[in-house]
Amino acid sequence: MSASALSDTGGIPALELRRVTRDFHVSAGLFAGKRRLRAVNDVSLSIETGEVVGLVGESGCGKSTLSKVLLGLLPASAGEVLFHGEQMSHQKRRAVAKRIQPIFQDPYSSLNPRRSIGSIIAQPLHVHGFGNRTEIRRRVSDMLDVVGLPSRLAQASPAQLSGGQRQRVAIARALILRPEILICDEPTSALDVSVQSQILNLLLDLRREFQLTYLFISHNLAVVEHIATRVAVMYLGRLVEVAETRAFFQAPRHPYSQALLDSIITPNPAEGIPTVHLGGSFPNPIDPPSGCAFHPRCPHAMPRCATDAPRLLTDEAGEIACHLTNMQQGA
Amino acid sequence: MAAETGSGDPLARELSRGRVLWLRGLGHQGFLMGAVVLGVIVMMAVFAPLLAPMDPFEQNLSARLIPPVWDDRGSWAHPLGTDHLGRDYLSRLIYGAQISLLIGIGAAFISGIIGTLMGVAAGYFGGRVDMVISFIITARLATPVILVALAIVAMIGASLEIVIAVLGLLLWDRYALVMRATTQQICANDYITAAKAQGCSLARIVVSEILPNLANNLIVVATLEVANAIILEAALSFLGLGVPPPLPSWGLMVSEGKSYILFDPWLITIPGVMLFLLVLAINLVGDGIRDVTSPEGRN
Repeated sequence: MSASALSDTGGIPALELRRVTRDFHVSAGLFAGKRRLRAVNDVSLSIETGEVVGLVGESGCGKSTLSKVLLGLLPASAGEVLFHGEQMSHQKRRAVAKRIQPIFQDPYSSLNPRRSIGSIIAQPLHVHGFGNRTEIRRRVSDMLDVVGLPSRLAQASPAQLSGGQRQRVAIARALILRPEILICDEPTSALDVSVQSQILNLLLDLRREFQLTYLFISHNLAVVEHIATRVAVMYLGRLVEVAETRAFFQAPRHPYSQALLDSIITPNPAEGIPTVHLGGSFPNPIDPPSGCAFHPRCPHAMPRCATDAPRLLTDEAGEIACHLTNMQQGA
Repeated sequence: MAAETGSGDPLARELSRGRVLWLRGLGHQGFLMGAVVLGVIVMMAVFAPLLAPMDPFEQNLSARLIPPVWDDRGSWAHPLGTDHLGRDYLSRLIYGAQISLLIGIGAAFISGIIGTLMGVAAGYFGGRVDMVISFIITARLATPVILVALAIVAMIGASLEIVIAVLGLLLWDRYALVMRATTQQICANDYITAAKAQGCSLARIVVSEILPNLANNLIVVATLEVANAIILEAALSFLGLGVPPPLPSWGLMVSEGKSYILFDPWLITIPGVMLFLLVLAINLVGDGIRDVTSPEGRN
């Protein structure tokens, strides 16, 4: 794996999820009581130091819930999150904050409009008890330099900045505590196309400079192909396929991954809008289909798919949860 | 990259925030008018001992019910005439500004603290806390303020402090409603999530992330409540259960003049006009502050 060349971790992953599950209880009506919604279902994933894992899937498949669990903002209903082999649930809130930081989708709602850029970036330092004012000012100005902003912007207010500049500020704020892991939740989808690539390249540069590990959540497959070393596909709260980026984009194996790749609209209008063989709409997460959650939309569904849920099995090409491939390998 | 950093309003960058607000305030007619009237009344209250020509409590029964100077029978000895006990009306009017402002600001301050605490708690925590607080707010909204205030004052007696306390404990509902809704909106923003992810304590999130964003709405509601409290005090005093005589409250002056309405109507008109001007000015200033300070609203 190319990532292992970046640093020697002794085989312990930077971030490991072990059978993480998160349930919500939603009201189903006035007298119907509460029903369980399983937003994240039995997700196991390990991310090595220096890796960039792209997490893709439709809206509502549990990507954002998973990121909140990783940030410690929502407790997992079952399962564990481990940083370098240490359980997150055993660590204090601030210790987690020093290791893992978020970057959000909307740079307009992620910066407090009432504070100056400098005080937004310095906030984590204050929270973690760095008292020295001149030292804080120096670090803020260094960090502005790192993300490619002039240090005079420290006095500006967020309203004076463009979307791309705001996202740079959000990155500076996330990096000032020197975390090891960044959770990027659609960090470019609210930006202009011309600015998107600047932010992506900045993230890639920072990864080298700060030895960062990324979990990169996106529904934009082109962005994921550009930045990720590995791709994880999520469907209705479960991981259905994990593979190296190049292999995934050349030959996706899960029928859902294939449909996702088919759905990319090409710049050539002669090809028209792609037909995706995903009949029907996204299923109701409160009442998921039996067996494999994807079987009502799957072009290759077999009788067995409606009864047994496929397990995520590891082979030489990655991990996949599908009876089709499992059967071919078993044969 | 160069183009990106070069963007932004160059004018806004040259001027400090305070200066921008000042210029915008000067360009807002309603705000200017309200601020001038309010400023005059506040000055009246602050410098009452210097401005009042006479002692507002001194009675002179041989000079009762003298009309103001614009009447044929008036004289410059009492520019606004005298009341039924021969007290100088101008002096009472000037000292009355103190009472009205004290009650308005005092009651709005007490209710502001209660309402903001409840509203922020309901908006931030949601769930059960929100359910309980919303129930209390609804119960409060269903209570007739005048009736409850009258009952309490009638039971424990009227004094300036009691009127302020009773109004303060009754007028928090609008604060609570507005702060709850605004806090909910603020908490939906990613900067609150970011603060949590940094390990911020609850106190820090409330003080440095939520309260600064509430300030605008808080000021607007506070001005409305100041005006509201002043009117309620006038109503209570008019009904005889507000500020006790001989304090020169404008509401009490209207009340004392009501038996003379047919022959000496200025006894009611003059304090009535002052109440009207004060409440109007406070509302104009409140609206103006909202227009001038809201970060995006420059309509």
